[in-house]
Amino acid sequence: MSAPLLGVEGLSKRFSRGGKNFAALDGVGFSIAAGETLALVGPSGSGKSTVARILLRLVEADAGSVHFQGQDLLALRGPALRAVRAKLQMVFQDPQAAFNPRATVARLLDDPLRIHGVVDRSERPKAIAALLARVGLSAELAGRAVHEISGGQRQRVAIARALATRPSLIVLDEAVSALDVLVRADILRLLAELQREQGIAYLFISHDLGAVRAIAHRIAIMDGGRIVEQGAARAVIAAPVSATGKALVAATPELPVSKETVS
Amino acid sequence: MSLRRLFRTPEAVAGFAILGCLVLMVLLAPVLFPRDPLSIAGAPLLRPFQDWALPLGTDRLGRDVLAGLFHGARTSLAVGLAAAAASILVGSVIGTVAGFAGGLVDEALMRITDAFQTVPGFLLSLALVSVVGPSLGVVVVAISLSAWTGPARIARAEVLSIRERDYVASARVIGMHPIEIAFREILPNALPPVLALSSVIVAAAILTEAALSFLGLGDPNRVTWGGMIAEGRAVLRSAPFLSIIPGIALVLAVLGVYLAGEGIVESAATRRGNA
Amino acid sequence: MNRAWRLLKRRLVGSIPVLLIVVVGSFLLLEAAPGDAVDAYVASVGGDAGMIEALRQSWGLDASPMTRLAAYLWALLHLDLGHSVALSRPVLSVVLERLPNTLLLMGAATALSFFLGTALGIVAGSRPGSLRDRLLSVGSLALYAVPGFWLALVLTIVFSVQLRWLPLAGMETIASGKTGFSRVLDIARHLVLPVTSLGIIYLALYLRMMRAGMAEVWRMDFTLAARARGIGRRRIVWRHVARNALLPLVTMLGLQSAAMLGGSVVIESVFSIPGLGRLAQEAVGARDTPLLIGIILVSAVLVIVINLLVDIAYATLDPRVGASEANA
Repeated sequence: MSAPLLGVEGLSKRFSRGGKNFAALDGVGFSIAAGETLALVGPSGSGKSTVARILLRLVEADAGSVHFQGQDLLALRGPALRAVRAKLQMVFQDPQAAFNPRATVARLLDDPLRIHGVVDRSERPKAIAALLARVGLSAELAGRAVHEISGGQRQRVAIARALATRPSLIVLDEAVSALDVLVRADILRLLAELQREQGIAYLFISHDLGAVRAIAHRIAIMDGGRIVEQGAARAVIAAPVSATGKALVAATPELPVSKETVS
Repeated sequence: MSLRRLFRTPEAVAGFAILGCLVLMVLLAPVLFPRDPLSIAGAPLLRPFQDWALPLGTDRLGRDVLAGLFHGARTSLAVGLAAAAASILVGSVIGTVAGFAGGLVDEALMRITDAFQTVPGFLLSLALVSVVGPSLGVVVVAISLSAWTGPARIARAEVLSIRERDYVASARVIGMHPIEIAFREILPNALPPVLALSSVIVAAAILTEAALSFLGLGDPNRVTWGGMIAEGRAVLRSAPFLSIIPGIALVLAVLGVYLAGEGIVESAATRRGNA
Repeated sequence: MNRAWRLLKRRLVGSIPVLLIVVVGSFLLLEAAPGDAVDAYVASVGGDAGMIEALRQSWGLDASPMTRLAAYLWALLHLDLGHSVALSRPVLSVVLERLPNTLLLMGAATALSFFLGTALGIVAGSRPGSLRDRLLSVGSLALYAVPGFWLALVLTIVFSVQLRWLPLAGMETIASGKTGFSRVLDIARHLVLPVTSLGIIYLALYLRMMRAGMAEVWRMDFTLAARARGIGRRRIVWRHVARNALLPLVTMLGLQSAAMLGGSVVIESVFSIPGLGRLAQEAVGARDTPLLIGIILVSAVLVIVINLLVDIAYATLDPRVGASEANA
């Protein structure tokens, strides 16, 4: 079997807060194959978001290795790191916070196209319209400011921005958690569709097993900075082994009896 | 920003009206009073409203009070604006550098800021003018010396908080260059709170200039309102109007700056609120 | 009290670099001024060229700037602030002589502005948006726009020249032979106008801060909850809103001390009060740079001490402890 798209081994990170030093991550390892969705699930404070931020090089790890498309991701610096970012994107939980408040939708989508030279300058307006269409938004939205569109529209713009550079992996950090239930279902459907068409892999970080069940192929359950359980999505949800897994499943009452998961 | 929103409150209207008058005085001073305002225009200690050629009377040496008021407006406004601009510029640069660089650079710059805030600003201005000698430029530098710390602290706090925001992380994720992040993502969002402070800084600069001139440390070749007030002190019993009139001009000017500034900040706030 | 002690220690250590920077800055200003310490000393005491040369050598003034800075620091450590040119006396003793008058003026002005400003702020902030709120807000802005020295002159014209109610200037009646309580009363009469002129500007500041703070607290959940429980408006104003809005004002007391020291320069000059500020103006007039720098150093130390005291007071009046007691 060929090397996975993303291979993470022995990732560790300590933070000091309030004079106390504690381990946010303690030897985390997992891998993601091309076109696959791995869900990283766990209670808040379990270290999920730290994993995301280390993968995106927003936070530096203390120990461990990350290989992405055969490159040692944690060793990259400057221009080489910026180049690889085209293939490794992220969608944040709160799109309002993740967008410069002064930006228009067009500028947000133009930035990645310009920075990575995806298309020529003259082609960029067309590319922006195409990206908007791809996530189910009208091209009229391009001129709007970030605060002038709805939360669901914003998250679609965030996905379009991540898609702009044709990534092979998108990290979705609680990307649907803040959304209204109906909007959430729409966005999850859109994500699944994009995966089918473009073969994008997802690292889907969430504390909500309901959303995870709809999209994940495999699940890794985190608690206290470690991965406590890992396996095929259906198997884990149907019969969790770890205490954290059991608690998470129990906290989502409609899950075990859902036909979709049983069948 | 629409004018209607700017003139929403009577306070803001009054503020802009006062500022308008002040600007008119500055522009018309050389037209209406082409003579040197420090030259003798008539009999000394003429009371106001006696002679229509000299409507506000004359001082101890027979100099025209109204002419002094008009020319004094130029000094007050020029010094106030220049000192405020210099303080904001220096302050935002130092604050931004401290916030961006962090670590030892931040620590050093902030201790220097602390030191400047520990020494009473007016004493510092006094010392500088006294050591270097009074001139318009020195007065501007002396005032800025004590006024840059506020903008520096605010700019630093803003940069520190913005640096941790998700939209900066998101700009890094799409591969934006750090310099572009600094100038396109962080700086434009860090400036508004600093600029909101500018009316207070202009007002304080005008007041400091007046106090320095009052103590005889203004530019000796220019008419200043503070200098006129000090002049009048010698004849406070017989001709109190000489000190009172320029003081009223000073109060109105500073009040105008405050009110207009509040109007701008408030209208900006309602714009954000409506959005 | 243990916590206050730890805070004191930490703040004391933290103020050392700040003070060091102030000292270096003062040294640079002294260097920039024409003439050096020997010129100053000789100008006041007298001496010929040979003596000047000898003095320069023994004071190390012919050494490199770094050595001179070290010598300056060493002298400061021994509380030697140099020699005043104009008064031919050690700077420190002159400054310490004038300090009490300034402290009295500042203390009284701070008390006036803090208590009256806070009270008026509560009046304005108890009904945000009402007529009295707007009047007080604009009025305080107008007060904030008044230069202290001009207000001082106007008050003098009205109360000393026209009405003759209060003395024109000075700290007390000269050679009056008054002692005990009548002397205190005499000083108080002399201080009415200076304290009013100095305090009224900061009164506006506390009023505005208190009002803004209260407007903020009104919007908070616990105030809404209190109103929903049917607690009377007056009771909410005192128990909840004012109490929570007051705390930031206490820190302001320390932060304003530097500005107030600066303001006292002009006020003391107007009223001829023999304090630190008036001394600074005299030093400028006599081009007495060593004295002026000495005043700046002492002021900086004073500001640090005042802020330290305010911080300790704040730590002792821990808001959480205070609030739980009040609600019990």
